[in-house]
Amino acid sequence: MLSVKNLEVVYQDVILVLRGISFELNTGDIVSLLGSNGSGKTTALRAITGLLDVQNGDITKGSIHLDDNDITNAKPSDIVNLGIAQVLEGRRIFSELSVIENLKIGGFTSSSNTNKNTERVFELFPILKERSKKIAGYLSGGEQQMLAIGRALMSNPKYLLLDEPSLGLAPKLVDQIADLILEINSQGVSVLLVEQNANMALKISNHGYIMETGNIVMDNDSNKLLEDQDVKEFYLGINPEGNDRKSFRDVKHYKRKKRWLS
Amino acid sequence: MTLFLQSTIEGLSLGAVYSLVAIGLVIIYKATDVLSFAHPAIAVVGAGLISYLAVERGVSFWIAFPVALLLIGFLGLILERTFLRPMVGKPVFSVAILTIGIDILLRVPLNNWIGINPKFMGDPFSTYGNFGSFTINEITIKYLELGALVTAVISITFLSIFFKRSRYGLAMLATSFDQEASLAQGINVGRIFGMVWFIGAILGALSGFFFTGGFNTLTQASFVTALRALPAVVIGGLDSFAGAVVGSLIIGLTQGYIAYYQIPLESFLGIEFGSGFSLLAPYLIMFVVLIIRPDGLFGKEEVERV
Repeated sequence: MLSVKNLEVVYQDVILVLRGISFELNTGDIVSLLGSNGSGKTTALRAITGLLDVQNGDITKGSIHLDDNDITNAKPSDIVNLGIAQVLEGRRIFSELSVIENLKIGGFTSSSNTNKNTERVFELFPILKERSKKIAGYLSGGEQQMLAIGRALMSNPKYLLLDEPSLGLAPKLVDQIADLILEINSQGVSVLLVEQNANMALKISNHGYIMETGNIVMDNDSNKLLEDQDVKEFYLGINPEGNDRKSFRDVKHYKRKKRWLS
Repeated sequence: MTLFLQSTIEGLSLGAVYSLVAIGLVIIYKATDVLSFAHPAIAVVGAGLISYLAVERGVSFWIAFPVALLLIGFLGLILERTFLRPMVGKPVFSVAILTIGIDILLRVPLNNWIGINPKFMGDPFSTYGNFGSFTINEITIKYLELGALVTAVISITFLSIFFKRSRYGLAMLATSFDQEASLAQGINVGRIFGMVWFIGAILGALSGFFFTGGFNTLTQASFVTALRALPAVVIGGLDSFAGAVVGSLIIGLTQGYIAYYQIPLESFLGIEFGSGFSLLAPYLIMFVVLIIRPDGLFGKEEVERV
C-alpha cells in the first residue's frame, strides 16, 4: 500500500503548493486524482517519486510510506528500485533514440530482466514491436504515450503513477489508453491516475480524490463520485436536467476560497 | 606527392590528438550541459602525472602510463563532485566561469612544478634521428603519430559501441536528452555525471601524452595545444560526437597543410602570413564556420514529427 499523510510541499522556499494532503493507494487498485490546472496533482506525484529536487521543491511536512518503508525524501533511483514508476506529464520520451532504446533505458534498474519485460511491453503494445527500430520522436502522439507507459513498465513496477496519459489524444485513443490501463492493472500493477479527463478516470478507477489549490476537497468511491451532483457539474460538464443555471453558492457544499482576480 | 602525403599524415595525427580532447569536451557538454574550459588543463595535468611517475619517480613507463590515466580519471571525478555538482541547475554562464577557475587551479601548481626546463614523458619513443619513426616511400611516420591515430580510432569505436549498446552508455545518452525523465527511469544522474568526467579526463590525459610525448616535451606552453580542441568542437557542433571528430580532423589537417605549404602559398598569393600562421588558421576556420553555421557543422538537429 502506498500512503501519503499530511504532505506539505513548498517550492523555492515560498510557494506553498500542497497544503497537507493525505491519500492512499491500496494494492491492486486504480485510484484517480482529479483537479484543475495548478491544483497540485503533479506535485504530489513528484513528491512520491523524489523528483521535487529538480524543480527546487521541498517536502516540509508529512510522510510518504510504501508498505512499511518510509520513502519520504528518498532518491529517485531508490524509489524506482522499490517498485514505483512514474509516467511523466507530456510523455517525455527520448525523442532522438529508437523505440527499443527508450525501452532499454526504462529497464535501467532491472537490466537482468530486460528481455522478459520487453516481451511483456510488446504484448501490451503490439504497435511498439512494429516500430521498435524507429526513432521515437517520429511516432504519433498515441504511440508516444504508449511508449512512455511501456518505458515505465520496463522496471517491472508494483505501483504505476500516470500523469495525464490522455493529454492531447483523440477520444478514441483515450478509450484505448483506458483499456490498456485496466489491462495493466489486471496484471497486478496498482495504478495512481492523475487526470483532467474526469469521465475516463472515474470510469476505470475504484476510488477518486478531488484536489483544489493544494487540498483534497472530496474523496469517495469512483461510482459515487460519478453520481455526485457537484462532480457532474464541475468535472463532467453535465447540468442537472430541467434546472436553470445555478449559483456557485448553491452547489458547492465545501469551503471555497474567495478569489479576487477572477 | 610525397610532401602531400607527409603533411596529410601529420595533420591526421594532430587531428587525432585534438579529437581525444574534443570528445571529452563533447560528452561532458552533452551529459551535464557544461562547456568545461578546464578540460585542456586536465590534459596537461595528465601528461604531468605521467612524467612525474615515469621520470621523477623512476617507475617503468608502461606502469606509470595506465596509473596516471586512472589517477587523472579520479581527479575528474573529484572535480565534478566538489565543484560542479553543487552548481547543477545554476546558470550556464556562472558554471562556465567556474570551470575557468578550475583551469587556473590546476595549471598554476603544474606550471610551478614544470618550471623552465621541459619535462620528458619517459616514453620509449624519444630517441633522435630515425629511431622514433619509420619510413615508407620517403614518408616519415613517427611512432607517436601512429600511436595517436590508433588510440583515437580505438577510443572512438569503443565509445560509439559503449553509447549504443551498454546500459550505462544508454543512460548517459538519456541524461543528456532529459535529466528529469532520466531520473524518473531510476537512473542515478549524479553517478552519470561523475562517470562522464571520469571518461572525459582519461581521454584528455591520453591526448596530453601524445602531444607532449617524445621530443615534443611538456612545457608551460603545451597547454595551448590542448586548447585548440575548443575551435575543433565549436566547428563540429558542441553537442555532436561525430562533429568533434570531424572538427578535430579539419583543424589538424589545416595545421598540417599550412605548416608544409605556407611558403608556396605565400609566394602564389603575394601576401606574407608570417610565422605561426598554422596556429592561427584553426581560429580563422572557426570564425568562418560560425558565420555560416552558428551551431557548428553537426550542431543539434531537433527530431520533430512533421
